[in-house]
Amino acid sequence: MATRDEIADAIAGMAIFVDLARPQLIGVASRFEEAFFPKDARVLRQGLTGSGFYVILDGEADVVADGQKLATLARGDFFGEVSVLLGEPPTADIVATRPMRCIVLGGPDVEGFLVDHPRVMFRMLQASARRLRNANRRLTASQ
Amino acid sequence: MASGSPPSAQPASSGHPYPPGEYPIVIVGSGPGALQASYFLSRLGIEHAVISGDAGAGGMFRKWPFFQRLLSWTKPYAPPERDSREFERWDWNSLLALEPEWRGIATEFMDGTSDFPSRPLMQANLEAFAERTGVAVRYGCRWESTRHEDTPDGERFVLVTSDGEYRCRFPIFAVGVAEPYSPATPGIELAVHYADTRDAETYAGKRLFIIGKQNSGFELATGLLQWASRISLSSPSPAKTSIETRSLVGVRARYVQPFEDSILGGGVDILSASTKGIRKLESGAFEVQLERSDNAMPMTVEADEVIAATGFVCPLRDLPALGVATFGQSKLPAQTEFWESASVPGIYFAGTITQGSAGLKKHGIPSNSGALHGYRYNARVLVRELARRHFGIQPERPTIDVGDLRDHLLAEATRAPELWHQKAYLASVVSLDPDEGVRDEGILPLTHFLDAGGGDAVAMTIESDGASIYPVVYVRRGGRQEEHALDPDPLHDFEGLPYRRALGQILDRLTAGAASTAA
Repeated sequence: MATRDEIADAIAGMAIFVDLARPQLIGVASRFEEAFFPKDARVLRQGLTGSGFYVILDGEADVVADGQKLATLARGDFFGEVSVLLGEPPTADIVATRPMRCIVLGGPDVEGFLVDHPRVMFRMLQASARRLRNANRRLTASQ
Repeated sequence: MASGSPPSAQPASSGHPYPPGEYPIVIVGSGPGALQASYFLSRLGIEHAVISGDAGAGGMFRKWPFFQRLLSWTKPYAPPERDSREFERWDWNSLLALEPEWRGIATEFMDGTSDFPSRPLMQANLEAFAERTGVAVRYGCRWESTRHEDTPDGERFVLVTSDGEYRCRFPIFAVGVAEPYSPATPGIELAVHYADTRDAETYAGKRLFIIGKQNSGFELATGLLQWASRISLSSPSPAKTSIETRSLVGVRARYVQPFEDSILGGGVDILSASTKGIRKLESGAFEVQLERSDNAMPMTVEADEVIAATGFVCPLRDLPALGVATFGQSKLPAQTEFWESASVPGIYFAGTITQGSAGLKKHGIPSNSGALHGYRYNARVLVRELARRHFGIQPERPTIDVGDLRDHLLAEATRAPELWHQKAYLASVVSLDPDEGVRDEGILPLTHFLDAGGGDAVAMTIESDGASIYPVVYVRRGGRQEEHALDPDPLHDFEGLPYRRALGQILDRLTAGAASTAA
């Protein structure tokens, strides 16, 4: 993995980028950076400021809060957006459970990117709504 | 670093040292990263070889930048003494030395015309460091391939070179990001890469199209402003200056002139567009086919010359086939916090290639590991860790009186060059053990402090959020971590009463039972 074209190929069809045409995907690839995390690496750290927005190209990671595994993330999933949008430290660790490649956008660049790409913002909102609904269902089921 | 350790008996820098054979460590390269790693290994008495295909010391500084002046400054008349640790904050171009007489060598080569040294003077600076400190290199010895062997004595890496085979437990590759890269754009063969740019006067009266809006593209544009008849620069994303990003990411201030020419309509076009193809016209000129980033509409630009300032990749040869994972357009090797391959244990890296260990990149701001003033510290930390982990050499851990802890940490925040040059990347660490007391653990990667666990400890860093520069204190207490950002100071002096008070309150919770550290 390396070139913009290769990254554009990798993200084409991902739910969050599904509305983007090829030139826009190339634009995404040139605005994000690629990052690699070995197994067991902490990508985000609970309570630590200054995080970014990550989209997984390949690999898996666990979402771990206070030592408790909450979810598993895989190709096409994204994380870090809540922390960036709220300007607060992440509420969970993200730990690679096998070697993981991501594209990353630094926190300060996320707002500009989303404003420039409203369809990505919509898909992110849709995913957040889905997560909220699922959390509500779990809460209801546990009561 | 055990500063009192004698240098190992290495061959003199003259002659042809380090014949093929077995060494505990083999360093590949002769740029500043390789010289710095070899220097610290020698000072710890760790046997090693240094091999390089080049004819002399300096690495990329033997050839580039094309317009012969660096982007890194040295300010000979900065306030601290030139042989002091503090002076390193103002001197980005000298390699580190334990001996006071070998510190700040770059200042000797500043000719007063600029605080950015010329390329030949930078090369002379590095050659002087190697000669004076006795760093020996086997020049003209080209690394060609690599294999891994299990032997009765343990695992070995075998480096096949033009001079024969070198066996070692730990290779350190300091080979730079120096291999020209061009994208697979149709017609790219019609463009000349930055690395092959001709003398400036040969571009007199030409219309130039430069693919790429990084520093190399703007360096050429700046240098050719007085020669070219028109200059166009293009890449898909808008160019940002280092002043906007508040980091070394972005076009450096020295290369801002083309921006102004563009804004004032002075014959420079700065385009946000993808290059889709290049074709030669019957006239002998070139047509560059573009796709605009703002509306995806096609456009064309006619030029007499096309230069691909499209960057460089790491010349890792067959290391990926050995399992070394790489990432990004520069094909950097993915690394641990101590610059070991993340996928092949035992392979280490030094020099600009250590930017492959990204650290936290808090607020999107990278470390300065891509530049000498960042990676010189990485080399020192790497050697210290190699010595501790593999050669049984424990680093010095001086004791600190608990009553001095606060002032020690604030002095580090204000003056430690490692923290200033490697923001949110390297940390000054102090441990607090009930039996051992307070110990100075030295400079360590921040991610190591955060992820390795351990007893109660404090790490001090300097960080930037893109708006301000400020100290951050990380406290590990009872297995839990806290982050405390202190306020910025307009003069970057963090030793005044407000800082003493703020840090004292943080530390008092950690040092309960010991003497108070609060003001």
